[in-house]
Amino acid sequence: MATTASGIETMTYREALRLALREELERDPSVFLMGEEIGVFQGSYKVTAGLYDDFGPERIMETPISEEGFVGAAVGAAMAGQRPVVEIMTINFILVAMDQVVNHAAKVRYMFGGKVGCPLVIRTPNGAGNQLTAQHSQSFEGWFAHVPGLKVVAPATPADARGLLKSAIRDDDPVLVIENLQLYKAKGEVDTSVDGAVEIGRAAIAREGGDLTMVAHSFAVTRCLHVAERLQAEHGISAEVVDLRSLRPLDMETVAASVAKTNRALCVEEGWASYGVTAEVASRISLACFDDLDAPVGRVGMAEVPMPYAKSLEDAALPHEEKILIAALEVCGA
Amino acid sequence: MTVIRLFEQESERQYKRARIGGYCHLAIGQEAATVGVVAAMGPEDLLLSSYRSHGFALAKGVPATTVMAELFGRQDGCAAGRGGSMHLLDPEHNYFGGWGIVAGQLPIAAGMALAAVKQGKELAVVCELGDGAVNMGAWHESLNLAAVWRLPVLFTVFNNGYGMGTRVDQSNAEPEIFKRAAAFRMPGERVDGQDVEATHQAAAALLERARKERQPAVLEVMTYRLRGHSVADAGTAYRTKEEVAEWAEKRDPIALVTERLIAAGATAEELDAIQRDAQREVDEAVAFAEASPMPDPSTLADFVYGDPETGRQFSRMAPGSPAGEAAVLAQLEQAA
Ligand SMILES: Cc1ncc(C[n+]2csc(CCOP(=O)(O)OP(=O)(O)O)c2C)c(N)n1
Ligand SMILES: [Mg+2]
Repeated sequence: MATTASGIETMTYREALRLALREELERDPSVFLMGEEIGVFQGSYKVTAGLYDDFGPERIMETPISEEGFVGAAVGAAMAGQRPVVEIMTINFILVAMDQVVNHAAKVRYMFGGKVGCPLVIRTPNGAGNQLTAQHSQSFEGWFAHVPGLKVVAPATPADARGLLKSAIRDDDPVLVIENLQLYKAKGEVDTSVDGAVEIGRAAIAREGGDLTMVAHSFAVTRCLHVAERLQAEHGISAEVVDLRSLRPLDMETVAASVAKTNRALCVEEGWASYGVTAEVASRISLACFDDLDAPVGRVGMAEVPMPYAKSLEDAALPHEEKILIAALEVCGA
Repeated sequence: MTVIRLFEQESERQYKRARIGGYCHLAIGQEAATVGVVAAMGPEDLLLSSYRSHGFALAKGVPATTVMAELFGRQDGCAAGRGGSMHLLDPEHNYFGGWGIVAGQLPIAAGMALAAVKQGKELAVVCELGDGAVNMGAWHESLNLAAVWRLPVLFTVFNNGYGMGTRVDQSNAEPEIFKRAAAFRMPGERVDGQDVEATHQAAAALLERARKERQPAVLEVMTYRLRGHSVADAGTAYRTKEEVAEWAEKRDPIALVTERLIAAGATAEELDAIQRDAQREVDEAVAFAEASPMPDPSTLADFVYGDPETGRQFSRMAPGSPAGEAAVLAQLEQAA
């Protein structure tokens, strides 16, 4: 971490998450972490590095490989007044705990008539691109955004990673914090002189522009920012990039205001687009901005195959910048 | 065993040269456990394993050429370049896969045994899993199913001391894993997995009962991985150098079996020949893999469904028209 006098520090996304965990562990004694390999091993992706040494095994609880068991245990602990923050090593492994997330955590407050809540946080990275193949390269945060009772955030920058994780831990309902394997090493500025909590349910304008709105979350924001630079440099198209930051609740006001200005929209996600986040957002844009649109809303996601291993096939499957660029030009009629 | 050892060392080298990518879990140190169990299998018996799968594929007779080609992500790989290191498979050799989700293969193994029973076949299914997998719900569900339905499955727990960085006794309330079989009233045994003959004997006896009596069982094979969890893990944060050195120096399965061969009268020439032949097999595998082409991107959607018409319908419903996947790919092709 590089520090300046003002408190603005340049740090990685990973470090920003770690900072948020540390700050919340220090602030609230009911916060504790649970997950596989988050202690001595320092976390599979090293997000929790050093925390075990500083907070000990009671606050940094290493679990057996038993996702359904410990996610459910976290639901129970949350109902009973603790604030568990569970790490699922990657989003792929949450499937075996899906019942506890969707059928239990999400239902607690409503099904019991508001008598008890479930202030649970699940942190887990999505993402592909390292030849991890079919069972380890998925991005199905959209599935959780489908479920009433859950909140889903997906930060794209270190500052938002810290800020949204803090808000998630302080939230009285279950929140999934979708991290990203590619973003862990991404660097950005974080103002450590302020609390920095980021309100859940607010999108951000990651780049201003006037000709096209690109809507994305998580690592797709980074891809869109690169594409926006190329659109400007190579085609003279000025693209605005809206970083959703939160998928549920979804900030359509910010998206619609942008599209009202640019009259064109392209939605991008890392996961499969059919029935995905882009499907939801594009449908809402078509309704909210029907009179503003100069072209049908475009969408780009991963190719609809289980992720293959071979580099040549993986490259073809990823929603890489070349594909986004072509789709953007199409939407712009260029 | 020597082929597996040399193959894994070569895989490690090729990973460093970036010819192999993704996750890559080596079985160095577990060769006797692997060969001991697989050699006890009959020709009709079926094998499923975790992602630490190279050794199982080789032991089961999958050609080293197609295994290495798969690790290289080439067209002639045993999974057509789709699966990579974790997802090797070759039905011709009755190897039904390396599986990547811990304990995911257990119910599937039970189901393959169920199919065999329905088809009146007298065979057994070997399902390898790690010591970490026994804490998953799927373990309990699968063993119970196998027991109540009398399915011929040998749940073969490779206890290599650790699940990633977690020692077995830190995560398991009953670290003597074989004893858990008692909860399902099935035989549970433990065997020294560095001793290839002992492992072979134990597996053979339990497999025989599985075939003849449809008796499922647990065999806990005590072994050690001399490398990290995967090539990305140095394997030093959670265990001492001394511990690793102790196993490498005193319990290396290849050294142990070599000693036995020498005691039984094997000559230096014979031992050299084993080494030479194994090295040739591995060298040929690398040459084969290098020569095999990368899968063509136009084949990306092959194998998503068995029926080609479904695939075609899928391409028509590609999202985001006019800038949908299909349109984008077509334009990319045009541009190229
Ligand atoms: C359900 C699930 N959770 C977590 C993981 C990540 N993971 C992969 S291997 C592994 C450790 C497994 O250890 P063990 O079963 O002992 O097998 P070994 O690697 O020692 O062969 C973990 C936690 C996974 N693949 N699946
Ligand atoms: Mg293990």
